[in-house]
Amino acid sequence: MAQTYAQQYLFIGLLTLVAVFLAAFPLILSRFVHPKKPGPTKQAAYECGLESRGDSWTQFRVQYYVYALLFVVFDVEVLFIFPWAVTWREFGVVALWEMALFVGILGVALAYAWAKGLLEWE
Amino acid sequence: MAVDEGLRSELQKQGVYVTTWDQLVNWGRSNSIWPLQFGLACCAIEMISTAASRYDIARFGSEIFRASPRQADLMIVAGTVTKKMTPQVVRLYNQMADPKYVISMGACATSGGPFHTGYNVLKGIDRYIPVDVYIPGCPPTPQALLEGLMKLQERIKSRGFGAAMADRQGEYPVPAFGETGLKPKYNPEVWQPPTQHPFDYQRVPQPKPAAPGTPA
Repeated sequence: MAQTYAQQYLFIGLLTLVAVFLAAFPLILSRFVHPKKPGPTKQAAYECGLESRGDSWTQFRVQYYVYALLFVVFDVEVLFIFPWAVTWREFGVVALWEMALFVGILGVALAYAWAKGLLEWE
Repeated sequence: MAVDEGLRSELQKQGVYVTTWDQLVNWGRSNSIWPLQFGLACCAIEMISTAASRYDIARFGSEIFRASPRQADLMIVAGTVTKKMTPQVVRLYNQMADPKYVISMGACATSGGPFHTGYNVLKGIDRYIPVDVYIPGCPPTPQALLEGLMKLQERIKSRGFGAAMADRQGEYPVPAFGETGLKPKYNPEVWQPPTQHPFDYQRVPQPKPAAPGTPA
């Protein structure tokens, strides 16, 4: 096996080149053959045939952001607890304390949010 | 335009295949007609059946029903077009990428069908947008829709690529739905009211049969 480590990447590079070509070629080709017939209706936003109404720059409450962030806290927590729960017997007491530390840190974050009054929906 | 048929068959016997740019491109275009994914009434059920495995519209390259008019070539007007729905249908047609084709599927889309006398039914989508193929039936069977698709393929193949690309510029006016129905009532560019009522066939002057004995 005379292949060097860099040579193995050659195939990934080739694959990337072919992939880029296959994606770009039809787009470039269609630019030359397609008829250009723009119009006000054609260039309007597609909303299932209906006319757009109002402004799309609507404002959302900033509290949604905080809720999403708090959701991520629990979401990521569960994400790590599941694989841990499968193998915690093999790791023993150390794993138990490590997970307690991990959950504790997230618990501090939750307590901080609670203390700041972010769990109240106004 | 095309290669002489006799010469072509003669050359094919010798293993030489000739074609033209138009034939090559139209072969590809007519076998990749992507329909717009929308149904209006019961004809849509038959259209779904045509797309499903038993009738398998994929044999004709048209299985990719696009959910966006930007990627669709063909609008299958499948079902009764109510007057309230008409502006949306015309707007969707305008939003489709050129070159685009329309199949009027069933009696309702063609003429209003059994709801011809309904106050809220458009009596044919061809009053606002140009229709390429009309399919009779109420509803047409999947076989009939496939036949219509094959007719459309023939139509695409019968025209030069350049001519198809250089078709009409601009959009078709979208009618407005108001208290008194649609305004305007029709697009005079694509449809004119018949000068004679279609049911008044008795008034059509018939050529008189020659009386017996008179020289022709």
